Amino acid sequence: MAFRAAVITFPGSNCDRDMATALTAVSGQPAIRVWHGDADLPSGLDLIALPGGFSYGDYLRSGAMAAQSPIMRAVVAAAERGVPVLGVCNGFQVLTEARLLPGALMRNAGQRFICRTVALKVESTASPFMHGYTAGETLRIPVAHHDGNYFADADTLDRLEGEGRVAFRYAESVNGSARDIAGVLSENGRVLGMMPHPERAIEPAAVAALGGSDGRRLFENILGALASA
Amino acid sequence: MKVRVLVRLKPGVLDPQGRAVHHALEGLGFDGVADVRIGRLIELDVADGTDHAALTEMCEKLLANTVIENFTIETEGA
Repeated sequence: MAFRAAVITFPGSNCDRDMATALTAVSGQPAIRVWHGDADLPSGLDLIALPGGFSYGDYLRSGAMAAQSPIMRAVVAAAERGVPVLGVCNGFQVLTEARLLPGALMRNAGQRFICRTVALKVESTASPFMHGYTAGETLRIPVAHHDGNYFADADTLDRLEGEGRVAFRYAESVNGSARDIAGVLSENGRVLGMMPHPERAIEPAAVAALGGSDGRRLFENILGALASA
Repeated sequence: MKVRVLVRLKPGVLDPQGRAVHHALEGLGFDGVADVRIGRLIELDVADGTDHAALTEMCEKLLANTVIENFTIETEGA
């Protein structure tokens, strides 16, 4: 099956290669690398991935500068057409700054950078990213961030929960996030932002020492959704 | 024209940096500090006559994240 995925690289992205490697490993087709200064995306994309890192050195606010880069206008337009968009870590921060997802990612409540594998609870399966997971199951996926403390006002949080748009929750408090939210979905379920790094958990389950395979399933979900579309 | 934009976390939004600085002040023996909130001062040098609406737009589109922050605009001589 043809699968065209693009990975956007901003100045200061540092998980773009990992993301491309994961997409290539899971789909068997090379991910297309796109530079932030490009005005246009390649045509016929099945997925756009915004990787982790520290775009523009986190100047002003994490993700704020990247959200204004030329390629993001094309990403917003593609998302509005229904192209699935995945933002991981800094990519999640960029998606909130670009207003593709509600809320904001603030400094971790404990002030420290957190880098470890955490337990995540699957909250919603109503998304091409999520349909292969089982609601309530626990995944193990690494986090590595300083600004992962999800904030939104109470009305927004209630709406997200009511609409099944909380994708993942931390099984225990990690960074002070409101209601332990680790990932959120857009209204149509086709934009997912998450702080944990699924691209760092793509090895076969037998190789748990290399991060396990719970993240791999997220990419398989997208491929499966395309195959059945 | 010199413009100062003050960006502050909204009331009720937890400020972990402010809390850490508060603890540090207490550690230095400064008593009677009830709270510390940390914001950002942005100084702009803009063309004379730049209207308030344009400055507000700059704040809303980039300088502040209105999900978590409020901003105030002070123009020199105003």
